[in-house]
Amino acid sequence: MVGLVEQLQTLQVVAAGVFAQVEHGALGTHGGHEAALNAGVNAAALGAVTGELPKWTLLIPFLPLLGCVLCGVCAILKVRNKLPAVITVACIAGAFAATVGAYMHTMHDGHAQTAVVKAWDWIRFVWGTEYKSPREFIANFSFYVDSLTCLWMLFVTGLATLIALYASEYMAGDVKTAGYARFYVAFCLFVFSMACLVMGDNLLLLYLGWEGVGLCSYLLIGYFYKKPSAVAAAKKAFIMNRIGDLGLSMGLMLTYVHFGTVEYAKLFPLIQTYLDLAQHGKIDEIPFIVQAIPVLFTIGAFGKSAQIPLYVWLPDAMEGPTPVSALIHAATMVTAGVYLVARFFPLYLCSEWALPIVAWGGALTALLAATIGMAQFDIKRIMAYSTVSQLGFMFAGIGVLGAVGGAAHVFTHAFFKAMLFLSCGAVMHGFAGQLDLRKLSGVAKIKGWKIVSLAMFVGCINLAGVPFITAGFWSKDMIIGDAFADHGMVAIGWILLGTAGLTAYYTFRVFFRVFMGPVQYEAGDEVHGDADHANHANHANHGHSDAHGAQEDGSAAHAAFHPHAPGLAINAVLLILAVAAFAVIPLVHDFSGGGGHSFWASSMVHGSTAGVEPPHAEHYKPFGMDAHRFAMIGSIIVGLVGIVVAFFLHYVGRTSSATSKADSIKLGAIQTAAQHKWYVDEAYHAIFVLPLRVLAHVFHAFDKMVVDGLVNLFGMVPRGLGHTARRTQTGVLHDYALRMAGGLAVVVLAIWFLHSGGWSGWGGPGLVEVGSVGGVRP
Amino acid sequence: MNVLLDGLTLAQGGFPEPMASATLYHYLMTSGMLFVIGLIGFVTRRNLIIMFLCTELMFQAAGIALIAFSRFHLNHTGESFVVFVLTIAAAEAALALALVVLLFRRKESLDAAEWAEMRG
Repeated sequence: MVGLVEQLQTLQVVAAGVFAQVEHGALGTHGGHEAALNAGVNAAALGAVTGELPKWTLLIPFLPLLGCVLCGVCAILKVRNKLPAVITVACIAGAFAATVGAYMHTMHDGHAQTAVVKAWDWIRFVWGTEYKSPREFIANFSFYVDSLTCLWMLFVTGLATLIALYASEYMAGDVKTAGYARFYVAFCLFVFSMACLVMGDNLLLLYLGWEGVGLCSYLLIGYFYKKPSAVAAAKKAFIMNRIGDLGLSMGLMLTYVHFGTVEYAKLFPLIQTYLDLAQHGKIDEIPFIVQAIPVLFTIGAFGKSAQIPLYVWLPDAMEGPTPVSALIHAATMVTAGVYLVARFFPLYLCSEWALPIVAWGGALTALLAATIGMAQFDIKRIMAYSTVSQLGFMFAGIGVLGAVGGAAHVFTHAFFKAMLFLSCGAVMHGFAGQLDLRKLSGVAKIKGWKIVSLAMFVGCINLAGVPFITAGFWSKDMIIGDAFADHGMVAIGWILLGTAGLTAYYTFRVFFRVFMGPVQYEAGDEVHGDADHANHANHANHGHSDAHGAQEDGSAAHAAFHPHAPGLAINAVLLILAVAAFAVIPLVHDFSGGGGHSFWASSMVHGSTAGVEPPHAEHYKPFGMDAHRFAMIGSIIVGLVGIVVAFFLHYVGRTSSATSKADSIKLGAIQTAAQHKWYVDEAYHAIFVLPLRVLAHVFHAFDKMVVDGLVNLFGMVPRGLGHTARRTQTGVLHDYALRMAGGLAVVVLAIWFLHSGGWSGWGGPGLVEVGSVGGVRP
Repeated sequence: MNVLLDGLTLAQGGFPEPMASATLYHYLMTSGMLFVIGLIGFVTRRNLIIMFLCTELMFQAAGIALIAFSRFHLNHTGESFVVFVLTIAAAEAALALALVVLLFRRKESLDAAEWAEMRG
C-alpha cells in the first residue's frame, strides 16, 4: 500500500482474455498522497462525469432484455428446441462484445474516464418554487460507466455467455418441456437486472437491478418447482434477501434525505466533503446520518452476498440447476454486495463503524462457512459454503481498506468458482444427480471425463491458493496482506490465514475423493432433473454406451448404470474457463516490481469511486516483516499444509469411495455440529420462525373468534329476527285479511282517540271536536 | 256545513227523529255498515266466491260514501269518480271470477284455506 501511487506510473491494460497491452505513462507524479491520487482518479471531483460513451453502450443491458423478450415469445409459441439457448447465447455474447467496446472507450486515453449514458427519463419530480425550498428527485434510466463498472460487467457478461452455452447442453433434458424457454427467460432477465445493478447511474436503478436479480434468483432456484425442497429454498432465499433489501432501501432513503440526490455524479462530490473530514481525522464531525447510511447498505450487501447472519439461504440455493448456481450463486449476483461496498467505498470511509462491521462480518463468515464446508458430503453444498467463505474474504478485504484486493478476488473467484460449479454440474449431470462424495470416486480415470477433471483441478488449485501459479492465490494473498497491514485488523488477518488453510483442505478433500482414487460410483436418484431427465439418462444408456466404458471395475450392483460423459458444449466451456483462470493471473498481480499495485485490477479500482485514498493508518509489521510478505509466506504454508492433509487423509491408501482415513478421526460433538451446519438453521427456526408461527396462531385465533364473530353477529341478528317473523306468514288468506282489518281498526281508533283530545279528553266519542281541531273543513 | 254538524250532534244526542229526511249521517251509516258487513263476511267465510262478493260489498260502501259526500258538497267529483270505479270494478269482477274458476279447477274446491302456499 505504501508504494501505491508511485507504482501507478505504468498501467497495464489488458482486455479480458485478449491481452492487448497498452503502454502509456501518464499518471501521478510523486506528490502528496491525496493530490496525486485525486489526479490519478480524475482531474475532476470524485465520481464526476469526465467523458462520454457512444450510445451503443446501451446494448449491454438491453440486448439481454431483448433476449428475455424473445425467449418469452418462444415460451408462448411453445418452441420445443434449443432456439431459446441460441437466442440467449447470441444476445449475451453481444452484450459482452459491447462491454469490451465500452471498456476500450473507458480506458481509452490511459486513465479511466467516467461516463453516463442515458436511455430515457425515468423518474423526475420537481417541487417547491425557485425561491422557496426547491426540491427535486431525479432517477433516470441511465448508465454510469467507469472502470469499476467495466470490471464487473466484463466478467458478468463474459461468464454469462459461457454459462448460457454450458446450460444449453446441461438443460437439454428439458428441451421438450416448457422449462427450457422459462429457464432462459429468467437467465436473460438476470443479466439485464445485473447490468442495471452494476451500471445504474443512481441508487434507484441499482435498487431495481438489486430486486431484479433477487427475483431471477428466486425463479431459478425454484426452477424444479414440483420439488418441495426447491420451492422452500427459493422462498428462503427470497425472504432472506428481503431482510437485507430493507437495509438497502432505508439507506437509499436516508441518502436522498441527507444528500438530496441519488445520482452518483451528483452524490459523490457531496460525499467528498465528508471524506475530506474523515481523511483529516475529524470523523467525529461527520453527522450520524451519514455514518448510518453505509451501515444500512451493509445489511443489504450481507443479505445479497450471503454473509453472517443472512448467509443461510445460499447453500439451500443449490436446489437450482447447476448453471444457475455457477452464474448467480457463485460468480455474479452474490458479488453485488461487494460491488455496493466498493462503489460506496468513499462513503464507508466516512463511517466509524461500517468498515469494521464489513471486515468482521466477512472474516467470521469466511471462517464459519469454511468449517461447515469441511464437514459436508454434498459436493455442490461444499462449493456453496466455499462461495460464502470466499465472499467473506472479499468483504474482509474491503473492510481492511483493501478495495483492490476485494475487487480482484471477486474477479478471479468468478472464474474459478464458476468452473468448479460447472465441473460439479457435469459430474452431477453424468452420474444422474449423484452429489455425495462418498458415492463417487476416481472420476478422472473414467473415459470422457478428462476435461472435467482438469477443469476441476484448475478450479481446486485456485480455490486452495496453490502458490504463484494461480490467480486465486494472488488475490487472496492481497486480502490477507491488507488485513495484516492494517494495525487494528490483525486478528482478521489471522482468521483469514487460518481459513485459507481450511479452504485448501476441503477443496482437495473433494478433489481427491471424487476425482482420484479407485473408480467406484453409484448413480444418483435424478434429483436434479424432473421426469424428462430420466429419459435423458436412459437415452444415454442405450445411445452412447460405447462412450462410457471403464465401468467394469465399478461396483457390481450398479453395473447397469453408465455415466454420461459431458458433450462438446460443456467441455468447451470448461476448457475456456480453465484457460481464463490462468489468463487472469497477470491482471491481479504485478510481476514487474515486488508487491506493487501496478496491475490491471488495481487500475480498474483506482480509476473509479472505490479508488479514494483511505485515511493513513499505522502499518503493522508482523514479526518485523512486511505485512504482505508475511501474508504470502503464511498463505503458502497453510495452503500446502491443507492440501497435504487432504492428500494423506483422502487419497493415500483409500480403497473405496465411501471410506477414508478421515473417518478414523473422531471429533465428537464438534464434527456432528459442523455436519449440521452448527445448527444455525435450527437456531433461526427456534428464534425467529417458531415465535412468529406462534404469533400467527394467536392472530389466527383472534381473527377467527373476534373479527369473524363480529361479522357473523351482523348476519345472525337479522337471521334470528327473520326466523321469528316468518311465522306470521301463514299463507292463509284469512290471516292476512284479519290482520289488515285489525290494522285498520287500530288506525281508526288511534285517529278517533287523538281527535278526542288524548287521554285527557277521554270520556266518550270525541268526534264532535273534529271541527275545533280544524282538519276537515273544506 | 251546519247540516253535518247537526247530524253529528244528533249522533251525540241519540237517534234522530223518526221519519226525518235522510241526511249525510244516514248515508254514511249505511256505507259504514255495508263496509263492516263486507269485512266480516270476508274474514269469516271461506268460499272464494262469497269472499269475492264481500269485497264487492266493501267496494260499494266506499262508493256510497263518495256519492254522499259529493252530494253534500254540491259538486260532482265524487260521483264521476264512482262511475269510473264501477267500470273498473266490473272489469275486475270478470277477472276475479275467471281466476276463481281457474283456482277451482286446480283443487276441485272453493275453500280459500286450500291455498296456503305462500307460508313462510
